[in-house]
Amino acid sequence: METLLPRDLDEALAAIAADPEATVLAGGTDLMVQVNLQGLRPARVIAIRRIPELREWVGRFIGAAVTHRRLEIGPIKALAEAARTVGSPQIRSAGTIGGNLGTSSPAGDTLPFLAAADAEIVLRSRTGERVLPWDQFITGPKRNARRPDELIVGVRLPEHLPARQAFAKVGVRNAMVIAITSCCVIRDEDGTTRVALGSVGPTPIRARQAEEMISAETRPSEAARAEFARLVAAEVRPITDHRSTAEYRRHASGVIARRLLERVLP
Amino acid sequence: MIRLSVNGVARTADPTGAESLLTVLREQLGLPGAKNACEQGECGSCTVIMDGELVCSCLVLAADADGTEVRTVEGVASADAIDAVQEALLDAGGVQCGFCTPGIVVAARHLFATKPDPTEDEIREALAGNICRCTGYGSIVRALAALAAETP
Repeated sequence: METLLPRDLDEALAAIAADPEATVLAGGTDLMVQVNLQGLRPARVIAIRRIPELREWVGRFIGAAVTHRRLEIGPIKALAEAARTVGSPQIRSAGTIGGNLGTSSPAGDTLPFLAAADAEIVLRSRTGERVLPWDQFITGPKRNARRPDELIVGVRLPEHLPARQAFAKVGVRNAMVIAITSCCVIRDEDGTTRVALGSVGPTPIRARQAEEMISAETRPSEAARAEFARLVAAEVRPITDHRSTAEYRRHASGVIARRLLERVLP
Repeated sequence: MIRLSVNGVARTADPTGAESLLTVLREQLGLPGAKNACEQGECGSCTVIMDGELVCSCLVLAADADGTEVRTVEGVASADAIDAVQEALLDAGGVQCGFCTPGIVVAARHLFATKPDPTEDEIREALAGNICRCTGYGSIVRALAALAAETP
């Protein structure tokens, strides 16, 4: 096995252009588990976690190699809350936001925030740059639109990101847990509300009907809040697996969405 | 061939395939303090500090550790005395079978380096990635809380 350690983005893009079959390694928290336990032996690895351009976090642009630890202590409230629920301190100091996107697990903890924020994913190859809305990038469970010769460069957030935002996740303990359901709610001063959920569909899901209903409510009554929870529960598409049942996931999605709504109300 | 600093000493190793940093530490560099258990980042028994960050060495591709500074449990104590974290764990009965202890010691050292006076909640959160099958954590948390209380 050959491991390449490109020193900058140009070197990394040249390496992946030369061998689009190469495996990209960021923090290793997904890939090394496959190596250790499932016998994965990539012929060539391109290790990108130390590439300076990918570690940049400048305003609305978050580089792909920014770790969950940096997100956790960063200024974006719901993203920090989401990052804090990832794994353990050890996992958070290794795992990256670009890794969450590259893996595209339905349970990726930063993904509901990116969906609620209408984030864009920046991809680059030697031949150019593509910027995809999050829902064009993530195409299915562990599937995304990255081309083999591209690297995920980072995430671009919209210019206006409301300060009222919250994230929560349901699992059997606080640490080291993969979400049964997770949710991010962002509400603008004018009431416009966006709600996204993870682990309850093949990709992160925006609950558009719930958003439309609650956005029209300037001061949501008890009845409106209950209706919001009902609509969220109706819009998710959970399955039953070894972590939970579809019924529980649906119920819990409505409950946490309502709690988060109440946290972001004035 | 990789070059890295381990506990302040320049070392070289030769990972030939997909070995983890943990494997290289234990099998090439003669440092068996970090333990090999789950190999998936769940248990924390392989915890080391790499370039100032607490990591599971089983999840670090050894080839990607080239040029890093690594601190293992072997580098925690000084030549003539064990570290205050180790002393506190001994005093409070925080060691039973001992398998998790190296990871706990490294995680606790990292915690005290970044936050000298942690609360009990902060201690518990800092150890959330270190599994102990024996103690039920109570004596470990008490040990570290006692150490925090001693911090002026």
